[in-house]
Amino acid sequence: MNGVRPVLEPTLFERSRPGRGDGKVPHPPRDALAGVPAEQRRTAPPALPELSEPEVIRHFVRLSHLNYSVDAGFYPLGSCTMKYNPKLNEWAARLPGFAALHPLAPEALAQGTLQLLWELERLLAEIGGMKAVTLQPAAGAQGELTGILMARAYHEWRGDDARRKVIVPDSSHGTNPATASMAGFETVHVASDGRGDVDLETLRGALGQDVAAVMLTNPSTLGLFEEKICDILEAIHAAGALAYMDGANLNAVLGRFKPGTAGFDVMHFNVHKTFSTPHGGGGPGAGPVGVGETLEPFLPGPRVLRDGDGTFRLERPGERPDSIGRVRAFHGNVGVLVRAYAYIRAHGGPGLMRVSEDAVLAANYVRARIRGAYDIPFDRICKHEFVASAKSLKARTGVRTLDVAKRLIDHGFHPPTIYFPLVVEEALLIEPTETETLETLDAFADALLAIAEEAERDPGTVTSAPHEAPIGRVDEATAARQPNLRWCPAAGAETPCPD
Amino acid sequence: MDVPSDLRYTDDHEWIRDEGETGTIGITAFASEQLGDIVFVELPAPGTRLAAGQAFGVVESVKAVSDLYAPVGGEVVEANGELASRPELVNADPYGGGWMVRLRLDDRAELEGLRDAAAYGTLLAEA
Repeated sequence: MNGVRPVLEPTLFERSRPGRGDGKVPHPPRDALAGVPAEQRRTAPPALPELSEPEVIRHFVRLSHLNYSVDAGFYPLGSCTMKYNPKLNEWAARLPGFAALHPLAPEALAQGTLQLLWELERLLAEIGGMKAVTLQPAAGAQGELTGILMARAYHEWRGDDARRKVIVPDSSHGTNPATASMAGFETVHVASDGRGDVDLETLRGALGQDVAAVMLTNPSTLGLFEEKICDILEAIHAAGALAYMDGANLNAVLGRFKPGTAGFDVMHFNVHKTFSTPHGGGGPGAGPVGVGETLEPFLPGPRVLRDGDGTFRLERPGERPDSIGRVRAFHGNVGVLVRAYAYIRAHGGPGLMRVSEDAVLAANYVRARIRGAYDIPFDRICKHEFVASAKSLKARTGVRTLDVAKRLIDHGFHPPTIYFPLVVEEALLIEPTETETLETLDAFADALLAIAEEAERDPGTVTSAPHEAPIGRVDEATAARQPNLRWCPAAGAETPCPD
Repeated sequence: MDVPSDLRYTDDHEWIRDEGETGTIGITAFASEQLGDIVFVELPAPGTRLAAGQAFGVVESVKAVSDLYAPVGGEVVEANGELASRPELVNADPYGGGWMVRLRLDDRAELEGLRDAAAYGTLLAEA
């Protein structure tokens, strides 16, 4: 750390020089403009920046140097499971048989892909303790919606239209109530108890003939395994409701807790979390959904089937009339599913169990290292992630979780998730994952301890951090209230702002 | 913490000013402070009918989005148009320029069920 900010890259417009680009704008073919009405045609050329090719390349490469990614450093973003994405997955996804396959290719030419999807469904079903799986949903939130839509279809099929509510814990990820609302349900929140678990008595009180489903995350968003999960599932089923498992935290329990076997009716998997496919801009993700026998008829279609002769085909329209239909174009994010398949096959059962063991060990190690300097609201063995709090630190020094996060950037680390779950004040949700060395975990813990110590001695440096990043503290409120989305030349410039 | 004595309060940190036939509603200084810098407020159109406890709008800050609940039932006669361009008024002047809606009250008796300034102060102390 030397207190010097890296240089921020100007925009292409600011690097533009007249005549430099050689006018390399593609010309429309022949009479392409004939169909464009006269009043829609440009009278002046667009004010595109003019640069040479090397300048453009260097611009984007310099921007890429400013990126932080899990390939560059530690990324302890709680709830996201930012584990290393093995490059083996990339090799698999780029095999021409997968990468070059046209999505409308006839089934006879798509046997390899169909087989992979069929096998992946079964692998996930075994991992989740479920009977059947759909790979169609685009990512976790859409997986949740798919699951809740199936629950809705099930109750409609039963002829029960009184069940208008979905119950979620107060610690749930925001996607859960959003999903319930999107599916037309009213969301009911139940409180967590003093140990961070769902309060069983409160849940019993909220259950009734008007509840369609209960959405739970296990381990919870606090990184804690629900100690009364069996009683909870029993209570849900006794009330005639379905149990939905949000699989975001599956990285903690692979091979040790199978939601379907425990009694959950439906769950989603986040392959971009648990199964190492790229997140966000490197993604997309994928959100397969597993179901037990009750909901199997309602799965989205078309499903992949294997005929008696061993060949694979897609379900035909009408073959499974209770299906809720398509939730995604084609077969979901197939390139991503190839990566997940490669990861699971490379690890095998014992490998996946080891993944969870190491993830849980890493989280408990970091928790033990920082516990004196930060509050640990639920200070017992956690699973793959844990919640720390800067509540006492804030009371003593004025330094908040937001400031700690910004100062971590100066130490070269991506901050953990902050201010989530909402049930903990000044929360830091830390998930190291299993793919980090001991040295990295120690360096991260050392950084957090150093920041806590700096907060006591020199809080101003922490509250004004980051000092070493390309930009300092962003004015998020102004950015939201008065967004400046467009570069325009200075007033009086030769080329005015394009309209 | 600013808790004007002439207002009544809900447990969700809305306030209402009794104006006889109408009531003006907003969120308290405590609420606006907890939310942080407000960036957007979504309010109902005049003519909207509300029941006590019904959600009438949304307030959004950099950190969170929160529903707004009607302290009492009535018909919206006016919403604060200033907040569309100056949502920061909710932080700067939550009881004045940051007002949100004015209702024609259905039943003045509903005001009795709300907390007075002292009772709201107690609620804040317990938080």
